[in-house]
Amino acid sequence: MKCHHCDNQATVHLTQILNGQMHKMDLCEACAQAKGVTNPENLSISNLMDKVELDVDSSGTTMVCESCGITHQEFKKGGRLGCEACYHVFRPILDPLLDGMHAGTKHLGKVPSSSESRIQFEQSIHSLKKKLKDAVEKEDYEEAAQLRDNLHDLESQKHLSE
Amino acid sequence: MFHNILNKESGGKKQPKAIPVTLSTRIRLARNLRKFPFPGRAEVSQKRAVLSKCIDAISGIKGLNNSISVEVDDLSELDRQILVEQHLISPELSQVKEGSGIVLTQDRSCCIMINEEDHLRIQVLRPGLDFSSVWKDADELDTGIESAISYAYDGDLGFLTACPTNLGTGMRASVMMHLPGLVMSKNMDRVINAVNQLGIAVRGLFGEGSDANGSIFQISNQQTLGESESAIIDRLNLTLESLVKQENFARAKLLQDDKSRLIDKMSRAIGSLKTCHLIQSAEAMDLLSLVRLATDFGMMPEKFRGLADRMFIEVQPGHVQLSAGKVIDPSFRDELRAELLRNHFLRAPLLDLSSH
Repeated sequence: MKCHHCDNQATVHLTQILNGQMHKMDLCEACAQAKGVTNPENLSISNLMDKVELDVDSSGTTMVCESCGITHQEFKKGGRLGCEACYHVFRPILDPLLDGMHAGTKHLGKVPSSSESRIQFEQSIHSLKKKLKDAVEKEDYEEAAQLRDNLHDLESQKHLSE
Repeated sequence: MFHNILNKESGGKKQPKAIPVTLSTRIRLARNLRKFPFPGRAEVSQKRAVLSKCIDAISGIKGLNNSISVEVDDLSELDRQILVEQHLISPELSQVKEGSGIVLTQDRSCCIMINEEDHLRIQVLRPGLDFSSVWKDADELDTGIESAISYAYDGDLGFLTACPTNLGTGMRASVMMHLPGLVMSKNMDRVINAVNQLGIAVRGLFGEGSDANGSIFQISNQQTLGESESAIIDRLNLTLESLVKQENFARAKLLQDDKSRLIDKMSRAIGSLKTCHLIQSAEAMDLLSLVRLATDFGMMPEKFRGLADRMFIEVQPGHVQLSAGKVIDPSFRDELRAELLRNHFLRAPLLDLSSH
């Protein structure tokens, strides 16, 4: 498991209850020291979350979900997201949180049957894009043109099926 | 009509026999519809649209065609309280103003909350410990509903939920456990800490932040992402097995080290239940817990375990008023509760200590 703040191996595992929600955070020895984890009186997970936030907000913009209007601050305060699009918008903040909160960050459970075709489309599109990139790199333009057409077909089919 | 379902004794089907330690099993699946904001962020009109879509989807499902759907708005305070006391809806849903609903089967083994924190909270409940059949039913219902509406779902993150703590499977699997041995031996804090480390949560009888009256606790998975439903259930089952062992060990040790005090407590509990004239629900729960414990020790006939389980619910304030047929003030409730318990324990025998 990696440290939330750098790529070192996490050796300090912190659990705190904040607003009734459990938050877990994994830190390496150096970041734990720097954050004052060794001195519990100074410690608050919101300080740690602020760091994550600073990293994300370094562009100077406040994150807002355009679909439902929820802001990063509102999410931080209430702990609830507003709509499915929030998961895309707030993904950079969510990923480290999810890593500490759950057994893993990839869904391994039930797949709804209507999503199976959607997911298959997405997987095929992903793999075609990769092949296309490889073909362009190899300068195999004939293959690339064919792949581009296939990709185009698949994307329009996906659009229709939705 | 709704009242009738709530008032029914065992909900039609024959109930399985009550067993020691584990009272009931429940699985809850959190689901949201695509293209609608989550309930906490939705306008009333959007909530109404979600409600009617969900009710349409649910009404077409086999197994739910005999269910009743109702808007929370249309229920009296008392009906809402009773639903909470029967663990069919959350205290949060009972407080919502507009655009939320409940679908409840006649046998009360399935209750779907609409527009609680998520658009859908599909719940299946059973007495005793039985995750395989509860999961099978919840999974089937979920698949049925999903054939009519499209869920918010992401290939990486699974089912998308208002709170990231429910993300992925959206599944909370829980059991209600009776742990008087661990409570009396003052081991409960240690046990809670230990199971928390394993990603398992321990709560009081009515969920988050509630007291553990009657030594009853809800044990559930904390993590919902990164494991399949069956892996979560397997892990929870392992923890439960170990909890049952520890509880039985604590009981045996109490009986060995502090026999007179323990027997005195259980014996007086029966005396109190036979003779009380004013009793509050918390005290009633503690006495009933001791009756259940005495039954597990073989000191009371088996049927008292099931009776204790029934009374755990019926001594709650809402249920006392349900049987009185009207809203009554707390002091009169204590009188009616005492009368109910006296009637049920009138012919209860004294503890049978022949095998101890």
